[in-house]
Amino acid sequence: MRPGAVIDGFTVGERVHRGGMATLWSVTHPGIDVPLLMKVPLTSEGEDPAAIVSFEMEQMILPRLSGPHVPACFGSGDFERQAYVAMERIPGQTLYKRLDDLPLPYEAARAIAGKIASALASLHRQNVIHHDIKPSSIMFRERGEAAVLIDFGLSHHNHLPDLLQEEFRLPYGTAPYMAPERLLGIRDDPRSDLFSLGVLLYFFTTGVRPFGETESLRGMRRRLWRDPYPPRRLRADYPPWLQEIVLRCLEIDPAARYPTAAQLAFDLAHPEKVKLTSRSQRLTRDPLGTVWRRRFNLGAVAPQPKSNVAAQLAASPIVAVALDPSHGSEVLNDAIRVTAEQVLSTSPSARLACVNVLKLNLLSIDRTLDEQGQNKHVDRLVALQHWARPFRLDESRLTVHVLEAIDPASAILEFATANLVDHIIIGARQSSMRRSLLGSVSAKVASEAPCTVTVVRPSRLELQATAGASDGAAITPPGLF
Amino acid sequence: MGPIANLRLHVFDADQGQVSFRGTNWLIPMLLALFTDIHANRQAFTACLEAAHARGAERLICLGDIVGYGADPEWAVDMVMDLVAKGAIAVRGNHDNAIGAPSDSMNDDAQAAVDWTRGQLSAEQKRFLAGLPILREEDNRLYVHSEASDPERWRYVRDTSDAARSMLATELQITFCGHIHRPGLYSMSSAAKMTSFVPTAGIAVQLLAGRRWLAVLGAVGQPRDGDPAASFAMFDTVSREITYLRVPYDVETAAARIRASGLPRWLADRLLIGR
Repeated sequence: MRPGAVIDGFTVGERVHRGGMATLWSVTHPGIDVPLLMKVPLTSEGEDPAAIVSFEMEQMILPRLSGPHVPACFGSGDFERQAYVAMERIPGQTLYKRLDDLPLPYEAARAIAGKIASALASLHRQNVIHHDIKPSSIMFRERGEAAVLIDFGLSHHNHLPDLLQEEFRLPYGTAPYMAPERLLGIRDDPRSDLFSLGVLLYFFTTGVRPFGETESLRGMRRRLWRDPYPPRRLRADYPPWLQEIVLRCLEIDPAARYPTAAQLAFDLAHPEKVKLTSRSQRLTRDPLGTVWRRRFNLGAVAPQPKSNVAAQLAASPIVAVALDPSHGSEVLNDAIRVTAEQVLSTSPSARLACVNVLKLNLLSIDRTLDEQGQNKHVDRLVALQHWARPFRLDESRLTVHVLEAIDPASAILEFATANLVDHIIIGARQSSMRRSLLGSVSAKVASEAPCTVTVVRPSRLELQATAGASDGAAITPPGLF
Repeated sequence: MGPIANLRLHVFDADQGQVSFRGTNWLIPMLLALFTDIHANRQAFTACLEAAHARGAERLICLGDIVGYGADPEWAVDMVMDLVAKGAIAVRGNHDNAIGAPSDSMNDDAQAAVDWTRGQLSAEQKRFLAGLPILREEDNRLYVHSEASDPERWRYVRDTSDAARSMLATELQITFCGHIHRPGLYSMSSAAKMTSFVPTAGIAVQLLAGRRWLAVLGAVGQPRDGDPAASFAMFDTVSREITYLRVPYDVETAAARIRASGLPRWLADRLLIGR
């Protein structure tokens, strides 16, 4: 590799970085107009033997990824000639540059973690677990501010051979951020990435790494039984919602963490709606009895069958129900509840968001009406909660939202996009008169939503029968009574 | 034979000289369809051949066990003979071998099926099976029924140590085999570290140039991994991508044919559950 060399049409420019496993070169290609980087593994004698394997993983995984949260891949070469991966160059610095500013204000850290969680949700949906989430593998796009994950050399793709699985006796990764199950050789649980993000969020808000900087296997193994000090112990003003989120990410048992990155992103986007448990107030670590029980029962963990990342995500969807709790919608809302029950019963870790749009009138923006509007807002929240009560959902799985908007369909679509909603359930308006005048909200949502939409309509036959009866028209055969 | 007869066969063009492509200038770029363990299952093999044709297969490779277990051995042998006449490659499996050279290592059902099959085949068909090579090499690829270290001992590749033994017995980069009726994909790094993987149907996996690979194919005619759908694979010699595929076929008819021919009933029943 030298400046000026041409490899498969890529002209090599300056070397921009030399890491432990690879060098990065600025390159250009006549057919590609975005800035490009070429990553070249270090393969000479004496280099880290993991360099080749992690290059192979990146070479397999990166070309399969898409979306704003990863650098686009433009080609690769293998060891027969010149090993390289050519990818989009993301301008700016990694989050590592922020380490001097720690601890960050809570709000700034929340916003950063929320973007990373959204990026992880996108990655996990593509069947990939990153396995090296840390400040230096996170960048941000200049426009849209989406988090970009880089360095897939330690990643796991659920549909590709995992070359790292049996290659090394010790788990490969960055010690302070590594999830405890990784130390047991588990590489196919996406919740490992949520643990690493929890470490990052803890570090960014307290300035202290929850498990220190230990690099020894023995030191790392402590996290299999020893929980970190709650952040509130380090900073008295630590917000309870933030401690709730951080400690849930850092749960030793993956099943006690958030089920998906999307559900974590949801909580980070709505801190005021985070269900606070005893975690949020804790000032001390787990008692020694608990720690010992964990430590001496490590072998008792049942061997897990090979996980299926897609199935795990599918079991934990975010379901948004769009409701109008006002008078006259009871039949429709009952029908929506039946449909929502069916969806929830097949998805044991689903999360339900009940959404109502408070329609704003363009002309009503003055003080008195604003107060009225505020009252309406509270009324609607109460009504949504009332509607959802029969589900008996744990509060951490249920939120209610009143959106204020001029166009209800756009508001629902925006909510679904911003919150990574997997499934929208919405009722079809019964009155054809209103629908023809105002346009159908459900039709617009169904055609433009970024996810599955179920449009619920109570049987029209039933409604006709009811209408018929009230009109006194004997359309129901008397024999039925 | 419908679309199967129209399979486009790749012919090396002397006027074009060598075909050059990204570091593989000594290879002829080709899309291979690989089948193993057809086991006289006409319905399954027909469905796989049609699927391979639809995906643009240019060359067919049959990794052995054309007969045994299933009820249509004459049809299966005729089909493979015809494909070989048109340029396909076929190697001999243990069931093909047992037709002409009785074996004492088979279980009762397998032995019953071999004995029955022997009575169905013509002399020419038996000669064809007996004359199949035990392994074939092509470019950087080895085709064999069981494994490469001692192919006529018919050992199974069950785990990474079986795979390593086979891979160390050949200089070629990629070995394709069958025999165990369960798909698997093994690799060996330059430092002789092994990996194993159960492939996901329909997802292409690049067999990276820096390591050696052993691709164990699932069975066309008698899958045993719990999925009754027929199994085969496509391999692109340019991108080096292998795609394991599953093809649903008319299992009921294949099972009914086995029952009607008086073969052991379990051979019919197991098709329905893929065991």
